[in-house]
Amino acid sequence: MEVTGAQALIKSLEAQGVEVAFGLPGGAILPVYDPILDSSIRHVHVRHEQGAGHAAEGYADATGRPGVAIVTSGPGATNIVTPLADAYMDSVPLVVVAGQVAAGAIGTDAFQEVDTTGVTMGVTKHNYLVKDVAEIPQIVAEAFHIATTGRPGPVLIDFPKDVANMRVEWEAAAAVDLPGYSPPGLPAPEAISRAVELIRAARRPVLYVGGGVIKSEASGALAALVAATGMPVVTTLMARGAFPDSDPRCLGMPGMHGSYAAVTAIQRSDLLISLGARFDDRVTGKVSAFAPDALVIHVDIDPAEIGKVRRPDVAVIADCRRAIEALVAALREGEPLDEARLAPWRAQLAQWRARFPYTYDVGDGSTIKPQYVVEQLRDATPDDVILVAGVGQHQMWASQFWRFEHPRTWINSGGLGTMGFAVPAAMGAKVGRPDRMVWAIDGDGCFQMTGQELVTMTAEHIPVKIAILNNAYLGMVRQWQHMFYKERYSSVYLSPDLPDYVGWAESMGCVGLRVTSPEEVRPAIEKANEIDDRSVVIDFRTDVGEQVYPIVPAGRSNDEIVVHPSQEELAR
Amino acid sequence: MNPATNGKPRYHLLSVRVENRAGVLARVAGLFARRGFNIFSLVVAPTQDERFSRISIVVDVESAPLRQIVEQLAKLINVVGISELDPGRAREAELLLATVGVPESRDPDFVALVRRFEAQVLEESGDATMVMLVGDTESLDEFEAGLERFGIIEIQRTGRIGLPTLNPAT
Repeated sequence: MEVTGAQALIKSLEAQGVEVAFGLPGGAILPVYDPILDSSIRHVHVRHEQGAGHAAEGYADATGRPGVAIVTSGPGATNIVTPLADAYMDSVPLVVVAGQVAAGAIGTDAFQEVDTTGVTMGVTKHNYLVKDVAEIPQIVAEAFHIATTGRPGPVLIDFPKDVANMRVEWEAAAAVDLPGYSPPGLPAPEAISRAVELIRAARRPVLYVGGGVIKSEASGALAALVAATGMPVVTTLMARGAFPDSDPRCLGMPGMHGSYAAVTAIQRSDLLISLGARFDDRVTGKVSAFAPDALVIHVDIDPAEIGKVRRPDVAVIADCRRAIEALVAALREGEPLDEARLAPWRAQLAQWRARFPYTYDVGDGSTIKPQYVVEQLRDATPDDVILVAGVGQHQMWASQFWRFEHPRTWINSGGLGTMGFAVPAAMGAKVGRPDRMVWAIDGDGCFQMTGQELVTMTAEHIPVKIAILNNAYLGMVRQWQHMFYKERYSSVYLSPDLPDYVGWAESMGCVGLRVTSPEEVRPAIEKANEIDDRSVVIDFRTDVGEQVYPIVPAGRSNDEIVVHPSQEELAR
Repeated sequence: MNPATNGKPRYHLLSVRVENRAGVLARVAGLFARRGFNIFSLVVAPTQDERFSRISIVVDVESAPLRQIVEQLAKLINVVGISELDPGRAREAELLLATVGVPESRDPDFVALVRRFEAQVLEESGDATMVMLVGDTESLDEFEAGLERFGIIEIQRTGRIGLPTLNPAT
């Protein structure tokens, strides 16, 4: 059967099991949009290419399947560079197809030409410039293979318009054969036995759980490891939900705005077991003072992460789930671990937890505390609700005050810190999991960046709920200016009512609600929960005076953690 | 160019086999730039198998640990293999071309220098000579130093290339 290059692309996407693509057409990608009309693939027509990229990320995070986006050349491609960089940092499997000017016009500064392959080289796991129409099925198969195996990541296919229009005899892709690509599989037995020796000897161990545990679907294996060893767990921002917050062994989030117990447990640990985490600067603080007494076991599927920041004592290069399963099996082979060995450590951790919980000043009831909104949302939604956040204070409060019980119920931009992530990512998550309730907690600054995707939600019948914690400021920047720039507030004021968020929502076919007093918080959330036929935006007018605590000032040791002012006496 | 100090080399020669595809050099160079790894020299050419090219890269191991450089390179999909050529376990060579401001035959000291290093005279004009020398980097360094008193007009060196030795010491 003879097909065009564009048809070959769509057939190849279908062959990969693609059900949904997020995109926006334009000149160079026009040939691809014609066969989409005849395809089984649902195309979600976004209003800005950045929205397509973050929606594809939200879809991937919620489902574990690769997200797909289709954009045109030039500005279409550059608009999706931010989501590519975001997905690269957070290891999100994406395949992005970008139109390109005709192959013969490449290099001539043609209309809407950009060197997309060159521009995206540093923010993709790999990319392709399609030159031969016959290569399309193979390139698509390779792109999905690379995006979804090993350490997942984004792959871009740069697709010239004339190649899309050429005709070729359809031939399905052969088995993928990449001589330079072979992701690690099973862990080395020697590494596992050395790790087990350290685990048996440890008296103050901490499991430092990162996003790799979620990517590798290793939550079940992790639960077995904790059951076998009694070791406490911290879950990084990328791993919230990988281990249930309700378990007493879960200490919550480590890092700059982590819990006192999680941060301090790592600092005092004698063994730190990193599972799919990458010793990010927001977790380590000053690296030379990070977990100074700990031996380190580093489990990662990416060999380049081993020793990048901290030299481990044992390196396990493998898929996280396989590695954890191997650890559990090896631990079971030997004598059972004595539960009592960790008793003093557990007592210490319990004391830190009890003394230094996340807290905030509840005030006199005249203002809405943003943390209160998060608590009310948490208590008014089912525990399998998917929570999506933007970047800033609201993101940290969401991570701190929520109670995550399941993997893939928390979606946010961790490594890149992309403001504007929440609205389109929530849309993508809902497309991937229409059976789930999806809430986004967003900041007013973030919302203004990508809030036009409410139009897409309405037009495409994708009902999500968005809580804007509207403090009229770029809150996290304001917090830093408050703490580190002598309260000299520079370009952080946004205004509570410009724009009018309720009017914004309604103009885009959504329900808009405004909440200005604490007693209205819960009823508004419950009202939103009852609306299923369109998206809801709630403009919560929150107290601007709230800062995120604890905080480890940038570049400082985690030992210099600053607790909430009400806990300062205890910390001395 | 002599990146060796105190007898302990702070450079390392990597021999990188890559798929012979458009943009591979940009991927490698971009990785070094992005990760802040310094390069002393880089040579690329096809191998006997036209599907692959070989890149010889002299990297500054003070800018990043060698292991980190190798592992990051290995992540590039088009990189097929990386050999770390330990100076004691590899044959290395480099080529030097230089134009010097002296007519070859008229200066006995210059003639002696060329003979001592077994360099080749490629061209001569009324007031300049172009010479070529192939050898290890240390010999080229010495030769270049020797040329300086005659006035180097232009010089081009290729940077090291290398292959594993057939007769390793241990």
